[in-house]
Amino acid sequence: MRGFWLLPILTLLPALVAHADDRTALIRMVRQDCGSCHGMTLKGGLGTPLTAQALSEKPGESLVATILYGRPGTAMPAWKTILSESDAQWIVGHLQEGFPEERR
Amino acid sequence: MLTRLLGLLLVFLAGCAQVPLRGTGDLGVVIERATGRIAIVESSTRSILGQVDGLGDLSHASLVFSRDARYAFIFGRDGGLTKVDLLEARIVKRIMQSGNAIGGSISQDGRIVVAQNYTPGGIKAFDSETLELLSEVPAEYAPGSFSKVVGLADVPGNQFAYALFEGGEIWVSDFSDPKRPVTKRYPAGLQPYDGLVTPDGRHYLAGLFGEDGIALLDLWQPEKGSRKILEKYGRGEEKLPVFKMPHLRGWSVAAGRAWLPAIGHHEVLVADATTWKETGRVAVKGQPVFVIASPDGRQIWVNFAFPDNGWVQVIDTLTGKIVQTLQPGKAILHMEFTPRGEAVWLSARDDNRVVIYDTRTFQKLGSLEVDAPSGIFFTSRAARIGF
Ligand code: HEC
Repeated sequence: MRGFWLLPILTLLPALVAHADDRTALIRMVRQDCGSCHGMTLKGGLGTPLTAQALSEKPGESLVATILYGRPGTAMPAWKTILSESDAQWIVGHLQEGFPEERR
Repeated sequence: MLTRLLGLLLVFLAGCAQVPLRGTGDLGVVIERATGRIAIVESSTRSILGQVDGLGDLSHASLVFSRDARYAFIFGRDGGLTKVDLLEARIVKRIMQSGNAIGGSISQDGRIVVAQNYTPGGIKAFDSETLELLSEVPAEYAPGSFSKVVGLADVPGNQFAYALFEGGEIWVSDFSDPKRPVTKRYPAGLQPYDGLVTPDGRHYLAGLFGEDGIALLDLWQPEKGSRKILEKYGRGEEKLPVFKMPHLRGWSVAAGRAWLPAIGHHEVLVADATTWKETGRVAVKGQPVFVIASPDGRQIWVNFAFPDNGWVQVIDTLTGKIVQTLQPGKAILHMEFTPRGEAVWLSARDDNRVVIYDTRTFQKLGSLEVDAPSGIFFTSRAARIGF
């Protein structure tokens, strides 16, 4: 009886962990792989800066579309085969507030 | 008398404190991308000799060596230019030279170090001794329009060739008078993304992102102008997404042919290095990033853009066929051959490791723990044109 209340928590735990892992991987991917064009600090390179200062005023939906479908005629590729719409929304939301550092 | 003796003793002690005599021919530098640090490595013993901290943002960092191969000039993404003494493992001088840089080069006579910049777009020349600014060439391709500079390479005659991403041109600046460079411009094509000079210093090639083809300039006869080779290599087929830009350098020429990454197609393009006509193409695992010939020209090692960056393939230049497919680690960012090519060092960024392979047996020889390694540079580059 006493251990019963633990059960829902235990079943929830893997989901929570998986979720956290996803975000760690996503943060790493943005810093490292988006960073190959936008800079690891996201201050820009071949790609434009993705800092809060650069993006906070821009409409989120169109930034999400840029990530998923790319910008034809520029070097910005379409990430829809790699990232889901909710990944892209999460990234844009966090870019607009200042993207988290990778935990090392 | 006593002071004389004391003086002698001091000189003696100072002598003892110095590093033991050694050469630099088997030394190299590994960039630790995320920590602003470099590791100084020795290829003979496959070991790390020392580390140097405080080099700023080293994402996409590259470096060149002084002609005596004692010093490395490291170009950081944040515009930092740092001169490091490899023997003493210390910073000799560090300056911030721009807002956003991408690499650099050193002149034929070793006296001028040139940085290529994204913002403000252009190149800047520094005295390699003191890092004092000598002159600059802003990449203003039209009144008020500045371009990112890519593909900077030294060419004979204290000249530097480079390409303008937005400007779509190849520029050649002559630094015979380091304070008054003279620049000539040639058309390249849509969005040159990187460039290379052939090992003999004769041809400058600019890879194009915005169209299928490569711009070529014969530096022995620049008056003939630039032309396009490997035009329309995509044959109208749909382009695959390019998740990382390929890199070009003079290692692309081997066995009389140039081996070059296609853009948006998972292929290595092969052209005759005299006629510059296409002689073939090799289907590979992903979007090639580095296509690097071994020093003897027998093998071409290829790594790939995300998400195929765990793979490496080896092409035999005699048959033009893939002879090995390896999975050396997670996120293979760079590869560098030892000076005579018996081994190749690969950086596995997400494994925090440099792995070393034997190029004849393809057996793993060892590995080194390095924090998020990216570029690997051996001092044999000091004596090569275009590095
Ligand atoms: C191969 C290079 C490259 C890579 C890799 C890349 N980008 Fe871009 N990106 C660009 C370029 C170039 C632009 C500017 C396009 C233009 O000129 O409009 C851009 C633009 C953008 C914009 C629009 C910025 C604005 O101000 O409107 C966003 C958002 C963006 N990228 C996000 C990402 C994310 C997230 C990733 C990784 C999942 C990524 N990019 C990876 C090249 C790249």
